[in-house]
Amino acid sequence: MTTEALGATPSPPAPPTGEGGLAHTLWNGTALPVALVVLVILALWHVGTVLMNWQVVHDTRVRMDQPAGFADVLSATFAMERPILPAPHQIVHELWRTTMEVPTTSRRSLVFHAQVTLSSAMLGFAIGTLVGIVLAIGIVHVRVLEASLMPWIVASQTVPILAVAPIVIVALGSMGLTGVLPKAIIAAYLCFFPVAIGMVKGLTSPDVLQRELMRTWSASPAQTFWKLRLPASVPFLFASLKVAVSIGLVGAIVGELPTGAQAGLGARLLAGSYFGQTVQMWAALFAAAILAAVLVFAMGAVERIVLRIMGARPEGARR
Amino acid sequence: MTRTLLLVAAVVLGSLLAVSVVHRPGVAGAAGAGFWAGIVLLWALATLAVHRLSHLPVPGGLPTRGRDLAVPLLFGAFMLVLWEVLIVGFGVPLVLMPPPSAIAARFVASIPTLAADFWQTFVKSVLTGWAMGAVAGFAVAIVCDRVPFLRRGLLPLGSFVAALPIIGIAPIMVMWFGFDWHSKAAVVVAMTFFPMLVNTVAGLAAAGQLERDLMRSYAAGYWQTLFKLRLPAALPFVFNALKINSTLALIGAIVAEFFGTPIVGMGFRISIEAARLALDMVWATIVVAAVAGSAFYGLVALVERAATFWHPSYRR
Repeated sequence: MTTEALGATPSPPAPPTGEGGLAHTLWNGTALPVALVVLVILALWHVGTVLMNWQVVHDTRVRMDQPAGFADVLSATFAMERPILPAPHQIVHELWRTTMEVPTTSRRSLVFHAQVTLSSAMLGFAIGTLVGIVLAIGIVHVRVLEASLMPWIVASQTVPILAVAPIVIVALGSMGLTGVLPKAIIAAYLCFFPVAIGMVKGLTSPDVLQRELMRTWSASPAQTFWKLRLPASVPFLFASLKVAVSIGLVGAIVGELPTGAQAGLGARLLAGSYFGQTVQMWAALFAAAILAAVLVFAMGAVERIVLRIMGARPEGARR
Repeated sequence: MTRTLLLVAAVVLGSLLAVSVVHRPGVAGAAGAGFWAGIVLLWALATLAVHRLSHLPVPGGLPTRGRDLAVPLLFGAFMLVLWEVLIVGFGVPLVLMPPPSAIAARFVASIPTLAADFWQTFVKSVLTGWAMGAVAGFAVAIVCDRVPFLRRGLLPLGSFVAALPIIGIAPIMVMWFGFDWHSKAAVVVAMTFFPMLVNTVAGLAAAGQLERDLMRSYAAGYWQTLFKLRLPAALPFVFNALKINSTLALIGAIVAEFFGTPIVGMGFRISIEAARLALDMVWATIVVAAVAGSAFYGLVALVERAATFWHPSYRR
């Protein structure tokens, strides 16, 4: 998983304080470079909008006998109804319009669609996490399970699981199961893997010394589990949960595709692609991105709280 | 040892018997209690066999590899038998869940179609996109490494974007690049770029300070240090990204085909046959995808082993 590599990324060397002053600190920090890169991306985006929309706008204006001078076409590329690449402000406007100016129960509201996707993603996340944890506990404690199940769990990751999504939807649909559950099952199928792997790693993370200490205290296997293995696995669990929550969202979105464009962010994407509503597609895409970012951030906040309650070193001391 | 092997042989014979019995006209869909009692017994025997096999002592010095491979294989094969017997025995309709035998029959019957789909999706979209994403991510990572300011600006964004549902750009790419494989390759590039970037940058930081100081004391320049020390040290990270991407690429290409394709391709086949309730064909395509995905992953892992033979995790 990518997060493992992220965890291994060493923090940049501390900025040498006291020399060069504020400008130096800003230059060597993270905020300024990130802001600059974002600005450059936005600028490139606008250039792209102009370049990609130019031909269509120009031809249309010539055909309609409208003025097709440089300035006319330039301003028109930012205000097309169905642009090839919408300008950022069009997407923001669409996001604002479909979240704030439409009642949230309407089918035209992005809040409605986001809530549909979120509910199946969260249900799937809960199921997947539960299955993953139970599997991990089984694998750590039962030799047969480790020998026979573990290779299949790893192999299941090399299989394009999302490809199974349509069958699950169709098969469950023909059994009379529709609505949230089929999509949640797909999300769960994606979620369980990182949780199972992370928990196995976490539950086996106490080293021999610690386990032998538990033995010298004549702790029962259950006591070893509750007082040593489980607490040791919590940081691993949260690292996995952050991966699981974002791929659970992907699962829920993809699960909405085969049922046709009914409800949800995936359906919104599909409907947008059917009818060429590019601004709507981009808005749905950004809504999904915002949702994913919020979920990962929330999981990080929960992690910090739980670790603090468990008595981990506070952030300040770690730095 | 002999008793365990006898047990395994009994399970294999029992499985063959069960599969051949369940397909008889009187049994299929209407299996009696006696048959199911036999199946439960077989299940218990198989569990016992796998249990004993996983505890089997391997005679002195021989590698445990054979045993470690046999246990999951036996387990998987028995799961297939169980699947077949349950589906046929209970007479589950084909549109709900086809038995493995039906999938195998469909697979053999439609090899030309499956091969065309494989060529379109895997060779054209997946391999092209995967290679382009890898090269692009690697190149940007090198630039980021050369320009620390860019690294500080791009890396937080990269790891942020890597957590987003990038697959959602599929319909946009289909609109931009058309229905053919180009749009799928573009989705794959977007999906594989960020894991490669993030992992390579992390890998370039993996070389120890001691080794870097040594290179400095040899008066090695930036590029010499890069090629002789830091890139080799980064290889495990790069291969990690390549392995993650091998799975992501297949998912990306197949899901992108749900948004519009020419009438060939694995994603097209899955969505069209699922809509026609021809689930045996869907499963046959999934078998192709699973085998292709696993083989791709395995191949990258093999190359990794050959390229990073010096890494501690392969030492014995």
